[in-house]
Amino acid sequence: MPSPLLILFRALAAALFHECLTSHAMSLELREIHKHFGPVRANDGITLTVEAGTLHGLLGENGAGKSTLMKVLSGFHSADSGEIVLDGKRIELASPDDAIAAGIGMLHQDPLVFLPFTVIDNFVLGSPGSWLLDRRQATDELAGLCERYGFNFDPDIPARLLTVGERQQLEIIRLLWLGARVLILDEPTTGISADQRAKLFATLKALAAEGMSVIFVSHKLEEVADLCQRVTVMTRGKVVGDAELPTPPERLVEMMFGQVLDTHERDDVPLGDSNLKFDSVRTASGLLSEEPISLDVKSGEVVGIAGMEGSGQDTFLRLCCGMRTPTKGTVSIAGNDLTDQHYREFLDAEVKFLPAGRLEEGLIEGLTVTEHFVLTDRDTNFVIDWDAARKRSEHLVDQYSIKGTEASTAESLSGGNQQRLLLAMLPAKLKVLLMEHPTRGLDIESADWVWEQLLARREDGTSIVFASADLDELLRYSDRILVFFSGRIIGELEAAATNVDEIGLLIGGRKAGAEGIPT
Amino acid sequence: MTRTRMTTVLLPILVVLGSMAVLLLLAGTNPWDPVRTIVEGSIGWPPFEGGSGRKVGDTFMLWVPIALASAGLIVTFNAGMWNIGIEGQIIMGAIAAAFVAREVSVSRPLLILLAILAGAAGGMLWGLLVGVLRTAGGVNEIFGGLGLDFVALSITTYLIIGPWARSGVASTSGTNPFPDDALLPSLGGSKLSPLAIAIAVVALLGVWMLFRGTLYGLKLKAVGRNRPSSFLMGIPTNRYLLGSFMICGALAGLAGTSQAIGFHHKLIPAISGNFGFLAILVVLLARFQPVWVAPISFFFAMIAVGSPGLSLRLDLHGSLGGVLQGVLVLSAMLGLGWAAYLARRRATAAAESSNE
Ligand SMILES: Nc1ncnc2c1ncn2[C@@H]1O[C@H](COP(=O)(O)OP(=O)(O)OP(=O)(O)O)[C@@H](O)[C@H]1O
Ligand SMILES: [Mg+2]
Repeated sequence: MPSPLLILFRALAAALFHECLTSHAMSLELREIHKHFGPVRANDGITLTVEAGTLHGLLGENGAGKSTLMKVLSGFHSADSGEIVLDGKRIELASPDDAIAAGIGMLHQDPLVFLPFTVIDNFVLGSPGSWLLDRRQATDELAGLCERYGFNFDPDIPARLLTVGERQQLEIIRLLWLGARVLILDEPTTGISADQRAKLFATLKALAAEGMSVIFVSHKLEEVADLCQRVTVMTRGKVVGDAELPTPPERLVEMMFGQVLDTHERDDVPLGDSNLKFDSVRTASGLLSEEPISLDVKSGEVVGIAGMEGSGQDTFLRLCCGMRTPTKGTVSIAGNDLTDQHYREFLDAEVKFLPAGRLEEGLIEGLTVTEHFVLTDRDTNFVIDWDAARKRSEHLVDQYSIKGTEASTAESLSGGNQQRLLLAMLPAKLKVLLMEHPTRGLDIESADWVWEQLLARREDGTSIVFASADLDELLRYSDRILVFFSGRIIGELEAAATNVDEIGLLIGGRKAGAEGIPT
Repeated sequence: MTRTRMTTVLLPILVVLGSMAVLLLLAGTNPWDPVRTIVEGSIGWPPFEGGSGRKVGDTFMLWVPIALASAGLIVTFNAGMWNIGIEGQIIMGAIAAAFVAREVSVSRPLLILLAILAGAAGGMLWGLLVGVLRTAGGVNEIFGGLGLDFVALSITTYLIIGPWARSGVASTSGTNPFPDDALLPSLGGSKLSPLAIAIAVVALLGVWMLFRGTLYGLKLKAVGRNRPSSFLMGIPTNRYLLGSFMICGALAGLAGTSQAIGFHHKLIPAISGNFGFLAILVVLLARFQPVWVAPISFFFAMIAVGSPGLSLRLDLHGSLGGVLQGVLVLSAMLGLGWAAYLARRRATAAAESSNE
């Protein structure tokens, strides 16, 4: 039984805490921010005001300089010139610590969570106190904040058991606990489920109502329209426009790209022979172990994969490319049985897998664009002809409109341009292309362009299998959609004959009653 | 650009020299005296003129194993591996070469060729073992390497007091000298062997070429920086890791060969001279650049040859050598950190000035 004194103390602490959160709304002003990387003007004189207690959207095409600006604001980069003014006072940010001390907290796209640590350890990590931490008190405060925002964590489980969305929630309340009153979110919705997104948005709205200023970077116009009150649009390091929301989306697109885009309609390609065939495939235990999967993907076909994160899609894609070996059943590529073969044999059979982690499982930090092309070009000789390689690389940089040069290192490219590089590295001839979130982080124009390139591959008989969290993307580009739920395929739908609602229900594990979906 | 690289390499060395000078001042000596003693004791004073040919030859013959081991380590470092097992690889190279020198009797050129090949093979095998432990057994290469270093050292000691013991007395001072036919041909009056030097130079050039111009080198670099990405690109990562250990092991084995049939002319327990560990320092100071390995190795070879004169010529206590080494390593790390900091600052400054 907690003593009455403790209860009183806690109530007092909570009241004080609430006071802190609500009383200091801050307005934020950026004046003439310049940040250049060598010849690249990532931020070229940005001036921007964020009113206290508002949700402010930041839009812009890939490489526009959004992440750079946010990193300047959160102390990760120091600006070459320009001022940051908070509540009328000019502040200097030399490090993320300074920013947090000033009340500015940034949520990175991949939340910086120490995975082996427990939730509570992650929570108290980086707290500025110079005295010993009171773990009990921290646990109580964590519980208080969770209750307040409707989150639910067990403080003692390791953080790696949290989903990406939960890691974000943990990071948000940690920043709040540290006293953040300006919250920056850089593309927070790319790796999380629709449910988690809804929850995130509700939280952000609640925070804004309490006086928090939120800057929200995204490529998705609907999200910005849903969430924000104002929006600023950036292009090539400059601000090109501001708008109060709601605003017609076409206007925003025009600001971003200088024109209204017409999206390419997908045209049908006749399907050919079987390219990827599963015959009663299952794994020994865990995901995909309950029901055997049988599936036939024809050449020229596009199969979309829907489902909540961790419902078995990863395992499925890895079974398709030999990174996992099934315990039962057979996997064939273009009629050849490759069941017990490994990734390299699948690669030789023209099967290629692009996982979601761009810098973790795709590109190599420290190597240049040209070096990446050399590594993936099948025709490179033992002694590299660097002149020829550079020429070829410049050509590809141009062809795929990668913002950067042949000598840029992978990590210096913006998120969207890293994605373009990955696509430019794909072999010319492929039987099966497997992808996780192919347009994650791409702006609308780029995403459209990427799909145009991908769909063109169907003419050569390539089959595409891709997982995405974006239901519109799934519906728009797939022939067929497989919905995964808790380790099995719960539904298989013709893309032309279904809709967002039906898929949404299936993703949640419920079947739309009378439709008679095959199981 | 080249200037930047110059300072990042030179700065740590200057820090090392500076801290040694301070240490010597504290010990009550004029810092210039030991420098002069070392130079005089190795390559003579004035350099290459006043000294004895024997000492100059010794200096070059210690440069050979340090440079070879460093060349090897550049390969494993690029593959992302800390090949601490290099000491064992040097020792096994020496043992293999010693075996040929002792047990095989063929014509002289053939015998030397065989000894060199055996030395390379011995080191390569020991390197491969570290690699196999790492890739197949999941044993961290640092621990595996340390273990194998110890095993190699035990084998030498066993051979020296056991099967290869000196006739009559069994002592740890080493085996009988090898037959003359098995020794590397050297210039008159010294141990200086043009063949050994040629091998070291070729090795450094080879490693430079490997990472400058070949697909194999680029793939090794890719594996070292990001194994999952490399795997997905279709690079057989384990095979490349094993390859790096084999290349490094072979070069270390050659270093051991040079020690055995080029310098000591017999097998002794301390045959490696700790040059494997020293080479780790050399490679870090040289920033993984083969061009810089050559002079830095030479600098250390000079110290190795010239420093025994310190306690004789100057009244410095013997233990100061150990202190010196410790300070050397620490200040090298400090200097490296400082250089990295300056390089970062300079990069930012360059970015800023290019705005104007
Ligand atoms: N560390 C760096 N070194 C060199 N160039 C960089 C660095 N970081 C960013 N850039 C360059 O600055 C420009 C802006 O990048 P930034 O990451 O801010 O874009 P972004 O608007 O976030 O794009 P995306 O939507 O693709 O994430 C890009 O051209 C990028 O290549
Ligand atoms: Mg970005």
